[in-house]
Amino acid sequence: MSTNTSTLADEIIHEQKQKFSISDYSGPIIVFGLFIGAWYLLSNVILPPEKRFLLPTPHKVVNEGFLVWKTGESRGLQPILMSLWDSAKVALIGLAITIVVGMGLAIIMSMSRWLERATWPYLVAVQSAPILALTPLIRALIDGAQKQRVLVVVLIAVFPIVSNTLFGLLSAEKSQHELFTLQGASRWTRLKKLQLPAALPNIFVGLRISAGLAVIGAVVGDFYFRQGGVVGIGAQIDIYRNRLWGAELIASIFMASALGLVVFLFFGWLSRAVIGKWHITTRGH
Amino acid sequence: MVTVVRSTAMFEMQTGTNMSVNSGQTLLDFSGVSMTFPDGTKALDDVSLSVKAGEFVTVVGPSGCGKSTLLRIASNLETNTGGTCTVDRDSIGYVFQDATLMPWRTVQKNVELIAELHGLSKDERQSKAAEAIELVGLRGFEDKYPRQLSGGMKMRASLARSLVMKPKVFLFDEPFGALDEITRERLNDEVLALFQHEGFAGMFITHSITEAVYMSTKVLVMSARPGRIVASFDVPFEFPRNHDLRYEPQFAELCGEISHALRGAHQ
Repeated sequence: MSTNTSTLADEIIHEQKQKFSISDYSGPIIVFGLFIGAWYLLSNVILPPEKRFLLPTPHKVVNEGFLVWKTGESRGLQPILMSLWDSAKVALIGLAITIVVGMGLAIIMSMSRWLERATWPYLVAVQSAPILALTPLIRALIDGAQKQRVLVVVLIAVFPIVSNTLFGLLSAEKSQHELFTLQGASRWTRLKKLQLPAALPNIFVGLRISAGLAVIGAVVGDFYFRQGGVVGIGAQIDIYRNRLWGAELIASIFMASALGLVVFLFFGWLSRAVIGKWHITTRGH
Repeated sequence: MVTVVRSTAMFEMQTGTNMSVNSGQTLLDFSGVSMTFPDGTKALDDVSLSVKAGEFVTVVGPSGCGKSTLLRIASNLETNTGGTCTVDRDSIGYVFQDATLMPWRTVQKNVELIAELHGLSKDERQSKAAEAIELVGLRGFEDKYPRQLSGGMKMRASLARSLVMKPKVFLFDEPFGALDEITRERLNDEVLALFQHEGFAGMFITHSITEAVYMSTKVLVMSARPGRIVASFDVPFEFPRNHDLRYEPQFAELCGEISHALRGAHQ
């Protein structure tokens, strides 16, 4: 009865080993070169001389923004890093809340078509509402800049988690559902053993988008809600902008982008670690 | 009547047969079953048939004649609108058209799934799954994920998953339709070997007349919608059946008769 294993081995589809070569890095390197070139062009040629202070050249940004630790009250790398850390905390707390609330909402919506239809318009409204218009309301409802900024993060980042999780929860195949029906599986079992695992690839897509948005949310929140002491990177950017400190301004924008990039890369890594073994992405060669 | 050549092999098979159910006991019975869908489509009309222990009954018929609906009624995925269907619903194994594996589970974990849903302890389901994996010849592939398997191996894993709970009635809903011919014939033999080893009652749906005759003790021909049983053929060949049976004249003759009946059913 047992089948010869060596013949079966022929049937197995061998996975292609991933090879890393210089061509994997050539793309990012070339684009980086073009970016720096365009920047110099803009700073030194295109901008009229009297407006060049708006966009300092790359080496000036590096020298004054990154290589100076601290001068005066708030110039140099140290104050930039302090405010970056402040914003990162807000973004991460907000993101954690977003994940719990967003996935919870998606699960509830997946249980009932009626609830799904009732909830969608409000989610879309939250997604497109200008935060600026909501600031007085947020101030009236919540005390403390930290909490206010966290709320802004949740408002900005929640939509992709909800929509991607919901899409994933509803993506399990009919026959898979029928298999569970045949065994008399409860709703909870179905959710835990079928719908949530099936949704994981979509959940990770949502996570990556929301993580980027959480950083944007934290920066936007910094603009509107600040207290004395250490301010967030958004507020810091605002200060540099007002004082026309071009190098510090550009340096802090880079640091905010770097935070977004780190969060994005982290979730990409997490996604591969959790579902990489079984999930197939359909990218050609 | 074809006598199978390797009589010693046959003897071994028979002594090894697991007679957990009494031969001849009716395990699945359709009596005057009709099915009209809510949109008014009449899928089945007064279908009566029964499958006894040790029987392997195959239904062939034109596409969309309601063959699969029979299995869906037997397993309670659909509720018939007329007649009665009698079966022990706790003892059904259902093999879908596609393997229906969970891509996030390894072969081992996929095979354990049904046992898991029935609340078997971890030890129990692991040992039962190991046994089933051995039976379908997937040993050594326990840690592979479905995406690493060929179509035939996926189907084997799917069979193993159903085998774990030792169902008395096995329902096959065109399980091998998407496979290439060689794999399909190999799996036909696997299923027949399991059929003999486990002694379940089998009900099989297919488009292929050759497959139907090769697998079954009885072939039923169903008419175009609304589905009705229009002919019944007993298949006299003894078990275990050999691959070359497909090229025996008596085999071809029976296939011809069924094909004739099927053509009549199309009109």
